[in-house]
Amino acid sequence: MAIAVEGACKRFGEFQALDDVSIDVPDGSLTALLGPSGSGKSTLLRAIAGLEELDAGRVTIRGEDATAKPPQKRGVGFVFQHYAAFKHMTVFGNVAFGLKIRKWSKQQIDTRVHELLRLVQLDGLAERYPDQLSGGQRQRMALARALAIQPQVLLLDEPFGALDAKVRKDLRAWLRRLHDDTGVTTIFVTHDQEEAMDVAEQLVVMNEGRVEQSGSATDLYEHPANEFVMSFVGEVNRLGEHFVRPHDMEVVLDADEDTVEAMIRRVVPLGFEVRVEVVLGDGTDVWAQLTRAQLQRLELREGQIVHLRPSQAKSFSGDSPPDRGASTPRGEQGGGDAEVSAAA
Amino acid sequence: MSVGAPAKWGLRTLGLGYLGLLLLAPVAMIFYKTFEHGIGPPLDAMTSADALHAIWLTLLMVAVAVPLNTVFGVGCALLLVRHRWKGNAVIDGIINLPFAISPVVIGLSLFLLYGSSGWFGPTLAEWGIEVLFSTPGMILASVFVSLPFVVRETVPVLQEIGTEQEQAASTLGASAWQTFWRVTLPAIRWGVAYGVVLTTARVLGEFGAVTIVSGSISGKTETLPLFVAKSFEQFNEQAAYAGAIVLALLAFTTLLLMSVGGRKAKSQSQTNPAGGT
Repeated sequence: MAIAVEGACKRFGEFQALDDVSIDVPDGSLTALLGPSGSGKSTLLRAIAGLEELDAGRVTIRGEDATAKPPQKRGVGFVFQHYAAFKHMTVFGNVAFGLKIRKWSKQQIDTRVHELLRLVQLDGLAERYPDQLSGGQRQRMALARALAIQPQVLLLDEPFGALDAKVRKDLRAWLRRLHDDTGVTTIFVTHDQEEAMDVAEQLVVMNEGRVEQSGSATDLYEHPANEFVMSFVGEVNRLGEHFVRPHDMEVVLDADEDTVEAMIRRVVPLGFEVRVEVVLGDGTDVWAQLTRAQLQRLELREGQIVHLRPSQAKSFSGDSPPDRGASTPRGEQGGGDAEVSAAA
Repeated sequence: MSVGAPAKWGLRTLGLGYLGLLLLAPVAMIFYKTFEHGIGPPLDAMTSADALHAIWLTLLMVAVAVPLNTVFGVGCALLLVRHRWKGNAVIDGIINLPFAISPVVIGLSLFLLYGSSGWFGPTLAEWGIEVLFSTPGMILASVFVSLPFVVRETVPVLQEIGTEQEQAASTLGASAWQTFWRVTLPAIRWGVAYGVVLTTARVLGEFGAVTIVSGSISGKTETLPLFVAKSFEQFNEQAAYAGAIVLALLAFTTLLLMSVGGRKAKSQSQTNPAGGT
C-alpha cells in the first residue's frame, strides 16, 4: 500500500471532522475521496499531507510511519483548490520553488522546470505571473510545482472546484492521462460523483467524518452499502423501504402483480434520455429515466395513467448512524456485501 | 452612480480646495517664508552646530526605532494572525496604547519610571546608565509612540494572503524560516513598507514624549522638532522655518525611497508625510 490511514480522528472544537477513519490506497492508483462538504474528506487529505495534525490514528506512506513527520519530510505533492500560487513569483519561479529549496543547480532546475511546463502544457508562459494566467492554467502550474519535487504521492484538494464546467471536464481527462503517464499514486478530493467516477479507479465515499464505503465506481453504483452511498453516487427514488435507480423503473402500459400504478406529471426530454416524472397513488413523487426510443414506443403524455415495474430495488436495514457500518443490504437483489472499509 | 460633468467638476474643485486650504497652504507658506530671502539664510541656520546636532540626533532616532519596531511589528503581526490564542485580544489592546495615550502622557510615564525616584531609575543610575535627559530615554520614547504602525499595517495583509501559500511552501520542503523569507515576507512587503513609512514619519516628527524625557538641551538632547519649537519660541523664525523644511524633506525622502523600491507594485500607497504631534 502506498498510503494507509488507520483510525484517524480529528476534532475542531465541537465538530468531529474525522471519526475513526481508515483507508488503504494502493501503489500507483488514482483514488477519489468523495463526499458532501463537511464530510471530512479535505481534512483526511490534509492529514495525509501533514497539514493537519490528527488527534488519534496513524498515517503510513510507503510503509513508513509518517504520523509525526512534518509536511516537509513526507514527500507529498499537494495541490490546493484555490491554487495557492506564489503571486510574487513567475510561473518558472513557482515550479522551481521546491527545487531551489533542495539546492538543485541552476542548470538542473532549468531543465526540470521546462520539462514539467511542457508536461502541463504551459511552455511559453514561464515568465508570466500567476495573475496573468487563467484559472485552468494556474491549476496546471500548481500541479507542475507539486510534481517538480518528484513526490511519492500526489494529493489534490478539490483541484477543479474553482473552475467552470468546460475547463473542469478538459482538466479531468487531462489529469487522467497525466496519471497514466507519470504513475504517481494520486488521491484527489471532490464532491462531484461524476468527476470521481470519471477520473478515479477507486472511490472512497465519506460522510460525517466516516468512510461509508470504498471500491470501484461499479461496486459503489451496483452494490451500495447503504442509502447514503446509493443516493450519493447516483439518482435514486424511494418507494417505501426500497430504493430504485430511475433507469431501473420500467414504464409499462398494462398492470401485473409486480407493478405500481402512477400518473405522469411531466415528460422532460433531455437529449438522448427522457425524464418522466410521475406521482404514485400514495402521493409519492418519483421519476423514471427512459430513452427517446422507449418514449416514442410508449407514446407517453402528461396526465396519463401508467404502471411502473421497479427492478434492482434495494433496501437497507438499520441505517441509523450508530450502526451504519453494520448495515447489511437486504431485498431481492441484495447490495452484495460490498467492500466496506469503514471501521464501525 | 453617474454624475453629470458640471457636478463632477464642482466636486473636484471642492475636494482640491479643501485639501489646498487645510494641507497645502500651510506647507507652502513655510516654503515661502524659508526661502523669502534666498537660500543663504536657511542654509546658515541649518549649518549651526546645534542644528546639525539636531538633524543627526533625529536620524539616530529613526535609525534605531524604525528597525526595532519593524522587526517587532512583523513578528507580533505573525503571532496575532497565525497563532490564535486567548491572549491575542490582550496583546492587541496593549499594542494600541500608544495611539490611545497622548505622547505627553507617555513622556510623563517614562519620566516616572526612569526618574531618580522611579522604579528603574535608581538601579540604572547605579550602573551608570542615564536614561532621562539623554539618548536612551529619547529612543525609548520614540519606540513607544511609533510602535503600533507596522503591526497595524501588517495584520490585515497577513490575514488577506491566508495560509495556503505558506502551506504549499511547506509541502514543497521549505522550513518555517525559508517560508517566511521566500513566501510570507514578499507577499506582505507592501503592508510592511507602508508601516515603515508611517513609523519613520512618526519618529521624525515626535515632539510630546521626547520633549519631556529629553529636557530639550540644545546641542545635546534636542531633536529637529524640538529645535524648531525652541527656535520659534526664541523668535529665531528663520531657523524654525528652515528646520521645518528639513523635516519635511526627510519625510519626503522616506516616501520617495519607498515608491522607488516599489515601482513594480500594482497599487502604490499614498501617504501623508505629516507625523508627530
